Amino acid sequence: MQSLTARRPAPLRRDPAPSRWAYRMQRLWLTPVFRVLFRVGLPSFVLAATVGLVLADADRRDAISGGIAEIRDRFENRPEFMVALVSVEGASPELADAVRMRLGLKLPLSSFDIDLDAARNRIQELDAIAKADLAVRSGGVLQVTITERVPALLWRTEAGIEMLDETGHRVASLGSRADRPDLPLIAGEGADAATTEALQLLAAAEPILPRIRGLVRVGMRRWDVVLDRNQRILLPQDRPVAALERLIALNQANDLLGRDIFAVDLRTEHRPVLRLAPYALNQLRAAQGIDTSGSEL
Amino acid sequence: MTDLYQSQRAMRNMRRAAMQRGVIAILDIGTSKIACLILRFDGPSAMGDDGVGPMAGQSSFRVIGAATTKSRGVRFGEISVMAETERAVRTAVQAAQKMANVRVDHVIACFSGAEPRSYGLAGEIELEDSVVTEQDVARALSACDVPDIGQGREVLHAQPVNFALDHRTGLGDPRGQIGNRLATDMHLLSIDGTVVQNILHCIQRCDLELAGLASSAYVSGISSLVEDEQELGAACIDMGGGSTGISVFIKKHMIYADSVRMGGDHVTSDISKGLMVPMAVAERIKTKHGGVHATGMDDREMIEVGGDSGDWEKDRRQISRTELIGIMRPRVEEILEEVRTRLDAAGFDHLPSQQIVLTGGASQIPGLDGLASRILGQRVRLGRPLRVQGLPQAATGSAFSSAVGLCLFAAHPQDEWWDFEIATERYPARSLKRVVKWFKDNW
Repeated sequence: MQSLTARRPAPLRRDPAPSRWAYRMQRLWLTPVFRVLFRVGLPSFVLAATVGLVLADADRRDAISGGIAEIRDRFENRPEFMVALVSVEGASPELADAVRMRLGLKLPLSSFDIDLDAARNRIQELDAIAKADLAVRSGGVLQVTITERVPALLWRTEAGIEMLDETGHRVASLGSRADRPDLPLIAGEGADAATTEALQLLAAAEPILPRIRGLVRVGMRRWDVVLDRNQRILLPQDRPVAALERLIALNQANDLLGRDIFAVDLRTEHRPVLRLAPYALNQLRAAQGIDTSGSEL
Repeated sequence: MTDLYQSQRAMRNMRRAAMQRGVIAILDIGTSKIACLILRFDGPSAMGDDGVGPMAGQSSFRVIGAATTKSRGVRFGEISVMAETERAVRTAVQAAQKMANVRVDHVIACFSGAEPRSYGLAGEIELEDSVVTEQDVARALSACDVPDIGQGREVLHAQPVNFALDHRTGLGDPRGQIGNRLATDMHLLSIDGTVVQNILHCIQRCDLELAGLASSAYVSGISSLVEDEQELGAACIDMGGGSTGISVFIKKHMIYADSVRMGGDHVTSDISKGLMVPMAVAERIKTKHGGVHATGMDDREMIEVGGDSGDWEKDRRQISRTELIGIMRPRVEEILEEVRTRLDAAGFDHLPSQQIVLTGGASQIPGLDGLASRILGQRVRLGRPLRVQGLPQAATGSAFSSAVGLCLFAAHPQDEWWDFEIATERYPARSLKRVVKWFKDNW
């Protein structure tokens, strides 16, 4: 059977010309400004408008921020981030207790909530601690590694006796001098600021160390060495160590400090001055034929 | 005339603006096809290191989009149906824009019809002081006595061809030279004004701005004549679909242009009438089997004419190639004879070199050069347009010689009358411009 209607191909489109509007739209699309506006400007505008509309409602804003905070909370409070223990290393038991108290953490606590820097600063405010390292170790342990200050001097003040380390920083208070007889004693206002010099002086005074009772800071600028028998060595402000070494050499040669003198004044470098005890002074004057009419001076 | 003079000036400004933007479209409105090329001007820095200089300016641009479409509504190189032509222009421009991926706003157009007529003009002035200035050139140009070009006709090209200073002639650029009398020869090409108005209107309707207008005979001469031919004298015969353009060049200037209102479409219509086939079939037979020289071999070469009438006898017709050639040859001969007449009338045989270059789509008929050399003289060759950068292979044929020539015209237009300064006395008497000019000249 054959169809009676001829099967003709679809008629060819004779005119390939674009319509006026298609032509104009294509030209518009080829305009660079329009393209940029359409491709960048329009999407960003739509995005900004959507976000703006969504966030315009206060309840929705709160819901979003609350949701985010809750997710954050849940994540931070997972057991693998919880710190349950503080371990203090390198400190005496009393100091360790003081450190724990100072940290003041309510354990268990998430490691995200611990401000390690602030905690370290808090610990380092303790005088007995030179340096503290804090780290959160696996297993929920907050490890505090402590370097203690080593007392090098005793400082007698009106309030009592303090222990100082070699930089002059306070370590702790001391009840009585007899508790630490191994440490040298210093006194005077501003003595803690010159501990380095004091230690140098004490090192230089090694030969007469058994006789030294202590060092006294005078006028916050120079040192006096106080010996037993109430003898004093007045050291100059500049280069006191050298002056002390000279005196010790003089002492070894002449046994100067074993004589009956009150004080050796080394403040003027070229002219050491001796202050004799009254008896010795009278003897000297008598030997020189000076009559002092019974005066003590 | 002043009207088109002003609009030509405006077009030059438009062209300058387009060059600044770097993109310009070329539109060849032909009878058989409409071609649109999009040029991108990169400036002179785009030159390669191949040792070739800027030549005719064709190295300063690159073709980035090309499209052709079958022309509709154009007859004899003139717009006969405005809406159809507008659609065809839109098709071509849109396809070219799509290829170039850039929007063009400025277009330079050429067309072949509108009955171009050539006039030779001569003007002569006494120089005010002995040195020739731009103002003197302008005065010399405006001193040319304009012939009566007829009612409703406009000036399309007005190119100064030659300057003479006293007894010295053949000067290209007389500025700064010393003399007493400056004379100039100008070639003026007039065309039918309504045709230009139609084209202007058509391009405006496509949302484009016209940045230049040229005769296709002139631009195809620019592209298909080589430099020495342009220098020594040659004629370019641009055989298009609906009309055949003639342009004569010497010393790199066009001195004569004309057009014969016959072309390849007439050959096709002859075949269509002779074989009783539709135009499309006739066109196919012409391009596939056409020729102008019959040989014994052609008697045996049978061509299926085909048909869709349902009549077996009619649909199975065969003709020999000799018959086809017998139909085509008289029309081609007629066209060439007409060209010969025009060239004779123009005095082409007085030129020192009488090279004739055939180009255009209809010049691709096999054996045409042999036939043309019998009618037009011995020195006939087939011309193809200059190669320009980026032109697709499909658009390098001789059918595109006017499109390519228009590219060169866009890149490097010859100075025309409206490119020179306006002579002072031509300003209106109370013009503000005249005051400004007086200040500029005297201060």
